Amino acid sequence: MTVRIGVVVFPGSNRDIDAVHALEVAGAEPVPLWHDEASLDGVDGVLLPGGFAYGDYLRAGVIARFSPVMRSVAAFAADGGLVLGICNGFQVLTEAHLLPGALLRNRGLRFVSREVAIAAERLDTPFTHALSQRSALRMPVAHGEGCFFADETTLDALEASGQVLFRYVHPDGTRAGGEDDRANPNGSLRAIAGVTNAAGNVAGLMPHPETAVEAVLGSDDGLGIIASFVASVAERERAGGKAAVGAR
Amino acid sequence: MTTTDFRYAVNVSPKPGILDPQGRAVEGSLGHLGIDGVSSVRVGRRIELTVTAPDAAAASEIVDRLARDLLSNPLIEAYEIEPIGAASSTSSTSSTSASRSEVRA
Repeated sequence: MTVRIGVVVFPGSNRDIDAVHALEVAGAEPVPLWHDEASLDGVDGVLLPGGFAYGDYLRAGVIARFSPVMRSVAAFAADGGLVLGICNGFQVLTEAHLLPGALLRNRGLRFVSREVAIAAERLDTPFTHALSQRSALRMPVAHGEGCFFADETTLDALEASGQVLFRYVHPDGTRAGGEDDRANPNGSLRAIAGVTNAAGNVAGLMPHPETAVEAVLGSDDGLGIIASFVASVAERERAGGKAAVGAR
Repeated sequence: MTTTDFRYAVNVSPKPGILDPQGRAVEGSLGHLGIDGVSSVRVGRRIELTVTAPDAAAASEIVDRLARDLLSNPLIEAYEIEPIGAASSTSSTSSTSASRSEVRA
């Protein structure tokens, strides 16, 4: 059976159609979910796409956090449901406290729209298990507020608990440096590009795997991430909505 | 029941130690103005609002919750709540609602 994955559409979302397409490429049935509806329409997983929800007013993601659909997404996540946030979706998840840390203005102050390389820190998660390679996955970034920040204690805790999911890397796979290193497009602390929650069922990343799912798009390195997510949602459904592949 | 309008400003600023690239950019421009001796520039935001509530305690509770849950992100920002202008009863037609902020504008 095809799994149904909700794609939340906020006013200002603009990568929702890309997400819909990527989910189709990965074999799932995308289900658009309107921000003003509390219903998740019985979906098996949720994807929060990129864009500028509510114009990014006040802080990116914060107004979206209080929308009716996000209350349902929070309950879905608390129940172990798999949730993936991309770019603005990642910002929404941090503002909703479903993911740790915060996304600050890019250290270079500029909106950055170009291809970057990232590495998966681990391949035993619901979001990475289908990746055929760990490192130097090429995909675009397009954001003005993507500098991952958390205090040092929190960063150490995230590293220790395996919650750092993706890091920016050089094309040869070596870890990107700080803000002066072009490989780290926004100056993220410890070159962190994506994280998970403590339970491992909610993940977010700033780069766009959903726009790198076919060679014709310039890269299909992102497909492994989308395919991992889809397969994990399917696995969880088969298990009766309980365990997810690789979920801790 | 009589309600009163309470006018507040919520001043949100980056916490000490938090990167503030906007502040740094402003600071970097100072040389172009021929100004020196200015440092530690931090850019925050100020939100002004009116709370209609039965009394000052109730209004204060509302603005505090708003500042904490919506207007600031406690991970990266600090906030201060500043009452501005005189409180005005909605049943009153007097001009006590002229707040300091309006005067300044």
